[in-house]
Amino acid sequence: MATHFVIDGLKAAIDGKEILKGINLEIKGGEIHAIMGPNGTGKSTLASALMGHPKYEVTEGTAVLNGDDILEMGVDERALAGLFLAMQYPSEIPGVTNSDFLRSALNARRGEGNEISLIKFIRQMEGKMKELEMNPEFAHRYLNEGFSGGEKKRNEILQMMLLDPKIVVLDEIDSGLDIDALRIVSNGVNAMRSEDRGFLIITHYQRLLNYITPDFVHVMMQGRIVKSGGPELAERLENEGYDWVKEELGIVDETVGQA
Amino acid sequence: MSTQLSTPTDRQSAEALARSKGEPNWLVELRGEAAELAGTIGWPKPEKVRIERWNLTAVGNYEQPTAVQAISELPEAVRELVSEGTENLLVQRNSGSVWKQLAGELAGKGVIFTDLETACKEHGDLVQKYMFQAVAKDEDKLTALNAAIWNGGVFVYVPKNVEVELPLQAILYNDNAEAAFAPHILIVADSHSRVTYVDCVISEPGAAAGPFVQPSIVEVFVKPGAHVRFGSIHAMGETGVDMTIRRAIIENDGQMEWIIGDLNDGNTLSDTKSILKGQGSTSDAKVISVGKNAQQNSLTTQAVHFGKSSDSNMVTRAVMKDSASAIINGITKIEHGATKANGVQTEKVLMLSPKARGDANPILLIDEDDVTAGHAASVGQVNPEQVYYLMSRGISKQDAERLIIYGFLAPVVSEIPVEAVRGQLQRLLERKLER
Repeated sequence: MATHFVIDGLKAAIDGKEILKGINLEIKGGEIHAIMGPNGTGKSTLASALMGHPKYEVTEGTAVLNGDDILEMGVDERALAGLFLAMQYPSEIPGVTNSDFLRSALNARRGEGNEISLIKFIRQMEGKMKELEMNPEFAHRYLNEGFSGGEKKRNEILQMMLLDPKIVVLDEIDSGLDIDALRIVSNGVNAMRSEDRGFLIITHYQRLLNYITPDFVHVMMQGRIVKSGGPELAERLENEGYDWVKEELGIVDETVGQA
Repeated sequence: MSTQLSTPTDRQSAEALARSKGEPNWLVELRGEAAELAGTIGWPKPEKVRIERWNLTAVGNYEQPTAVQAISELPEAVRELVSEGTENLLVQRNSGSVWKQLAGELAGKGVIFTDLETACKEHGDLVQKYMFQAVAKDEDKLTALNAAIWNGGVFVYVPKNVEVELPLQAILYNDNAEAAFAPHILIVADSHSRVTYVDCVISEPGAAAGPFVQPSIVEVFVKPGAHVRFGSIHAMGETGVDMTIRRAIIENDGQMEWIIGDLNDGNTLSDTKSILKGQGSTSDAKVISVGKNAQQNSLTTQAVHFGKSSDSNMVTRAVMKDSASAIINGITKIEHGATKANGVQTEKVLMLSPKARGDANPILLIDEDDVTAGHAASVGQVNPEQVYYLMSRGISKQDAERLIIYGFLAPVVSEIPVEAVRGQLQRLLERKLER
């Protein structure tokens, strides 16, 4: 079945404060969507609400992936259904090696009785790490502990590559990356482009989109998608900033839920 | 019923027992004095744990040990701890040693590995020189009680420049709550020697059902340039009280490593201390504990620096379930004159239930300016952000929490020097942590 992901009327709140005020978005397999927007407009909240972060409460709407509303599922079930979120700030988990973690995740996906053999796993992991130009020692380091910002982001992409998801959400994957790392991470994402996989790239800066060309660009303000277009929209935002969008739409303060 | 006396022993009976076992005069005398002391001085007073509320009198009566002829005669719970193919093994059951074995090659080099009772008879001068020199018998009722009634025990002596490659292993177990079970472990590593010693102190499951008290003492002497690794897992039954005092005296450039797993099901007092006497001496202590039900744990690590450029590191990690509690004390003391000393400590408690209690008390006492010291302590529950992160990769909540808990304990588990003991530790952890 071709991947089909439809977010419909999604509203979400944190600590009782509504941040997402009705998000509508349709992503088909093979498409790359980019969500851009200034800080504090709800972009990362969208990512967290879709994944099911415990702090965010979905108050309305659905997010249907291939016929099933993932918002009805637990966090682990969403992942097993094919959703993957590359996080802006991945957790550090001391004492759990990266490879043990990756193998647990892979086996959770494969199901009981169908666990991957250790040899096969190591071969897969090492192959992907090589593609991402990661030092092999990262397999044995504790998960994200003491990783630099760039190393954490590469590790997120490594997980994406191994878990082979249907819908990938990249939350500010480019923040804190130097040009080299940005190129490597982008190559990783581009290598994963396929007809049955959709991407939602959340970013602040247009520069990531020089490496990963989106099919659709959306601008988020005040917890809503206020403008959509093609790749040319990203370029205009890079050159002219967001003021023209605000002016066009009569928005004074683009943020949402700020105290 | 076990002996239930306000004073668990007295001079006459302690001396009579010692004589009946054919112990040398100096030891008979030591036991007599200690028994008298035990009646007059108080129990140790650890921070925030009132151990006098525990049942401390069920010390039991001496039970004559019966040696086994082969390892296969030992109970399953003991056999599965034995490192495969080991030639260096000692087993104590209740009040005495029942099995001992040392590779001929080591004996040929002058290594002594036997029960302490035998050592007192066969190597009296050597034992007398060290026993109760790291821990004084008159420190408190616990040390006096051990001095009066200790039985079986372990004696390790490694001569100068001898390196013992394979670990020496001891398994000390009880299967009768009414039998006195009070080991004393004495390790002497002479100059530039090297040795790894690992023990397991357990109750045979289901066997020691009544209340019992295990008052035990460990003394380690690390002579100049020597290196001692001491690994120990305690997993006694829930009717027991484990009170264990461990102490090492480390001379110039000596290295001491403690790796302790306090996994009893009953109340536990565990105090592990390194005295860094010599210049350039080092100590590294790692302690883990898992508590369940209403178990109380008092876990103390201490490092006292006298030597210049001495270095200590202490890590304690405890996981508390149900309404269990862990009071963790870390005491780093740097004496005047111990210039360039460095002392670091970390205590962490992970609580798995709202009723579990944890307390971490890092204490730095520093009487010298030219030193470095540091501490970190934390008490908390499983971090929901971490659980979320793991679950976002498809891992179930239960498995996510399991990974986090094992990860929390990993820094100690991975250090256990004997494969069979490490495996046993994993099994014990799984048993204690399963919900």
